[in-house]
Amino acid sequence: METVDQIKDRIEAALPGVRLAIEGKSLVVDRQHLLDVARFLKTDSELAMDYVSNLCAMDWLPSQIKTRECDREVVRNLPGHLEVVYDFYSTAKKHGPVQLRCRTEGREGTPSLPSITPLFRGAEFQEREAFDLYGIRFEGHPDLRRILMWDGFKDFPMRKDYRPPDDYEWEPTPHDEVLQQTKKHWPAPPPAPVKPA
Amino acid sequence: MIQPLTMPEQGYTLTPKEDAIETQMLEVSMGPHHPSTHGVFRMDVVLDGEEVRRLKPVLGYLHRNHEQLAEKMNWLGSIPFTDRLDYFCSMTNNWAYCLAVEQLAGIKVPERAEYIRVIMAELTRLQNHSCQAGFLLSDTGAWGTPLLYAFREREKILDLFEAASGARMMCNYMRFGGVRADVDDDWLAAARKVVENYPCFIDELEALITGNEILLARTQKIGILPRELAINASITGPMLRASGVDYDIRKVDRYGIYGRLDFRVPLGEVGDVYDRYYVRILEMRESVKILQQALRDIPEGPSDAGVKMRNFKVPVGDGYGRIEGPKGELGFYLVSDGSTRPYRYHVRAPSFINLTILEDMCVGHKLADAMVILGSVDIVLGEVDR
Repeated sequence: METVDQIKDRIEAALPGVRLAIEGKSLVVDRQHLLDVARFLKTDSELAMDYVSNLCAMDWLPSQIKTRECDREVVRNLPGHLEVVYDFYSTAKKHGPVQLRCRTEGREGTPSLPSITPLFRGAEFQEREAFDLYGIRFEGHPDLRRILMWDGFKDFPMRKDYRPPDDYEWEPTPHDEVLQQTKKHWPAPPPAPVKPA
Repeated sequence: MIQPLTMPEQGYTLTPKEDAIETQMLEVSMGPHHPSTHGVFRMDVVLDGEEVRRLKPVLGYLHRNHEQLAEKMNWLGSIPFTDRLDYFCSMTNNWAYCLAVEQLAGIKVPERAEYIRVIMAELTRLQNHSCQAGFLLSDTGAWGTPLLYAFREREKILDLFEAASGARMMCNYMRFGGVRADVDDDWLAAARKVVENYPCFIDELEALITGNEILLARTQKIGILPRELAINASITGPMLRASGVDYDIRKVDRYGIYGRLDFRVPLGEVGDVYDRYYVRILEMRESVKILQQALRDIPEGPSDAGVKMRNFKVPVGDGYGRIEGPKGELGFYLVSDGSTRPYRYHVRAPSFINLTILEDMCVGHKLADAMVILGSVDIVLGEVDR
């Protein structure tokens, strides 16, 4: 199979306007062109990536990278984002993987990414799982509902800053964080007095 | 509106039979405790008479956020939890996770450990496929007999697992760079005996069920999965091969020592439930061949690369490792930030993704056939819900 650089060059030649970056073994694609690149991988006769094996969402909190340039310390702030990694394989040519990465803008609320389910049916449940656990809204998904958590669940439990509610398990000696959380709702406010009729 | 027929010579009118009587769809929630759903799985089925018109799988009753548990403990700590994914095949789950970590950390596995791993994985495949055939017959109504025949053989394999690892189902046997405990010559002799007798059992099972008229009537041309849809929907394992796609990760990736072993990949032609059943039977025969070669050629030497497990760290990076589990492609996507815990730990579970096309296979069939189709997908809810 071609190397990542060759694939990058071919995609950029075939799809004008697409800019890809290489990180490790994977190609980073922006949100607007994810579907075009996925379609290229699927239809290109040499690659024939007809099979999306794995779709994995990730959460990156905002972070700082400190580097030294000359004799000053430079601090770069990296904004937090959610990321989805796709591993494509080819069952026809028996090669792979080609790894794509796509990042959301920010991680507040439910940021969106294009859905590849119309192209690859195998992404249907995996995108629902990523929506359920990470809160990535996949635009164009035919049936985007929670899949593992129940429908009334509010939060996204796989995010790195997720804190489980404290009433799941009995806490014998509440401390620090749990105590702070508990104070918000315990003891419960007294019930409003009922006026005699 | 059809006009009533008048028959003047007889002096009375006939009201004609109307085919278009008013009917309505019935929505049935099957499960999560229905005996045919193989665990806590629910299907929202919309029925027209007995015919399935729509079917939505509802998952999550066994969800325990396995991935987050693994992200909160060290690399070694999640090996016992992988046992609980697919509790029928804990050995292959261990292997998939260890393979992904080994690829990421660049650990070389010694030769003897590779052989032991192949032996364990193929024994797992044997017991999984024979039990799956038994469960399929249970779903068609042959309650008990074939399943108990399969369980009788499975017992012998579980005894082997117990002798090697100390546990029958939750084996927790593989480690990064090898296996936890070496097997001795007695164990290998016992394994050879089980493998030697296994073809007799497969013949017995086939004599019991393969040509059975009821099985043929209930499984042939039922739940056909077309080849293109199977690939597009990321179906893996025996289901994919029953639809005629020659894709076996043991052949494609040649992980472990599979590149050196001689075996063939059985393929189906129609892609119906019967093909899925029979592909598994043929795969068992190939597994026996693999086991015979592995048990014959197993070399002496260390069974462990001697990786220090305490404070085990993985270099920064990410990687996806996958193996051909009995149910399909079992993969682990791991991201390491260089610490003692994985930053991201993702399980690509074959049962979960194979359920994607359950609706496509069931629509148009009778409700009783939907049970059989679900049985042929071969799901384990520990892996679906994670």
